[in-house]
Amino acid sequence: MSKDREQLFQNRIDAEQKIEPKDWMPDGYRKTLIRQISQHAHSEVIGMQPEGNWITRAPTLLRKAILLAKVQDEAGHGLYLYGAAETLNTTREEMIAALQSGKAKYSSIFNYPTLSWADVGAIGWLVDGAAIMNQIALCRTSYGPYARAMVRICKEESFHQRQGFDAMLALCRGSQEQQAMAQDALNRFWWPSLMMFGPHDADSAHSAQSVKWKIKRKTNDELRQQFVDQTVPQAEYLGLTIPDTDLKWNAETGHFDFGAIDWDEFSRVVNGGGLCNRKRLQHHIAASEAGQWVREAVHAYNKKHSEER
Amino acid sequence: MTDQQALFEYVLRLGDDALLLGHRLSEWCSHGPWLEEDLALTNVALDYIGRARRLYSYAAEVENRGRTEDDLAYLRSEREYRNLLIHELPRGNFAESITRQFLVDAYNIEFFGELSQSADPTLSFIASKSVKECQYHLRRSRHWVLMLGDGTEESHSKMQRALDDIWGYTQELFTPDELDLRMAGISIGVDVSSLQPAWHRLVEQTLEQAALVKPSDDWPIIGGRAGIHTEHLGYLLAELQYIQRSYPGLNW
Repeated sequence: MSKDREQLFQNRIDAEQKIEPKDWMPDGYRKTLIRQISQHAHSEVIGMQPEGNWITRAPTLLRKAILLAKVQDEAGHGLYLYGAAETLNTTREEMIAALQSGKAKYSSIFNYPTLSWADVGAIGWLVDGAAIMNQIALCRTSYGPYARAMVRICKEESFHQRQGFDAMLALCRGSQEQQAMAQDALNRFWWPSLMMFGPHDADSAHSAQSVKWKIKRKTNDELRQQFVDQTVPQAEYLGLTIPDTDLKWNAETGHFDFGAIDWDEFSRVVNGGGLCNRKRLQHHIAASEAGQWVREAVHAYNKKHSEER
Repeated sequence: MTDQQALFEYVLRLGDDALLLGHRLSEWCSHGPWLEEDLALTNVALDYIGRARRLYSYAAEVENRGRTEDDLAYLRSEREYRNLLIHELPRGNFAESITRQFLVDAYNIEFFGELSQSADPTLSFIASKSVKECQYHLRRSRHWVLMLGDGTEESHSKMQRALDDIWGYTQELFTPDELDLRMAGISIGVDVSSLQPAWHRLVEQTLEQAALVKPSDDWPIIGGRAGIHTEHLGYLLAELQYIQRSYPGLNW
């Protein structure tokens, strides 16, 4: 019986039908989605911190407003995604508890510090650029609520990516100090951006099943290659040098070849060894704790006043 | 002071009010008690920063000496800032931010309502836009005052304490200086002393409903319009102006 159900489910996936919250789904499908969507939501929320780090120091009022609106969008993406995950029978409280206990992950790129204004531009350009690659593919993911959240998110992310590039462009057309700032940001964020796509396909624990279920529409390596191919000409336009001596155009494949990714660095940072891992979680926990009395007050107020009515 | 200089100074101080409170609100980003509230605080911050930009741009235009909105925001020091002090107070805890916001929103709704009648068309336009924002800001902050004042014992005591600590800065809102009087006299500015009764009515009624006690008026702190500030402003400007001061004269 359950085997039949699984086959029927797979048939629907193969026929490109969207799976909706009330449909039967294998437990593994549900779990994979909860893990992936909540991780994505946490990334949006934790990602508010490195960029938020520059809101009060943005160099012009226009840049300040753009950055503030962008970080606000990230919070909004977090909301859509928590909402999408909640359709799979979990709660935001459970997901946040998993984040705060370290059980759930978020994108490791946010464990790197933002040290200059150029980092804000680099995050928009590279990190949002990498995120979009993933997210465009996810607009066609098999789970309906996730796919629909992605469509909205993609529109805003591509706007962020352009804003990030525009901030980099201003620096690259500016003084030597500004150009150096931009290059330094690229140097620090380039490799971590490539790592955002996750391990190579051969080493990816979840990839094959996710592709079969059409949760993932493209593999980590496909997306990474697409990102490199898109970004190299942009760096050239900016007059910046990508920190990879092995990077070169391969006429045969029609893609850029690039150097080996330092996976030791990746696992070191994922596993807590980045400059900001502890700070990011502590910040999130501190904000929750500082807001505890506010949440209690709202609850008490609503209770009192619902009794009145 | 020529009329043009007076108008410049007048618009500039309103820009300072908007920028500093926008800055304080923006400090909440990623610190809100939950995600929706984080978004809401950022929204209000964006309204204030947008208002500051409109006012500074207009001030720069009136001054006509080639300065920009950013020159006015980033290249003036503490003594040149002419904001009402309530806007520069630290963001503090949520009770302090909400209390300040409510007191300011209740003032702004009256102030920009009057200013929208200004004989100066640009100021009138900016004020009309601001009134619309103030309406939803006030609806929000007033509701928060009610919830936190009448929530738990802890929230009530935090709100009362915030109110006691901020109240001293409200008298300045209604204390016109020479420039205020001059601009009101030519129907460009607002006679702020006339706003006090309406403000008092709304504030008293809200505090009563929230079971909060209105503090006494025997602690008035005044100085911002004359460029005399709390010690907090220097740190705010150091942060705000860091890049422009470190790398002068560049485009960003």
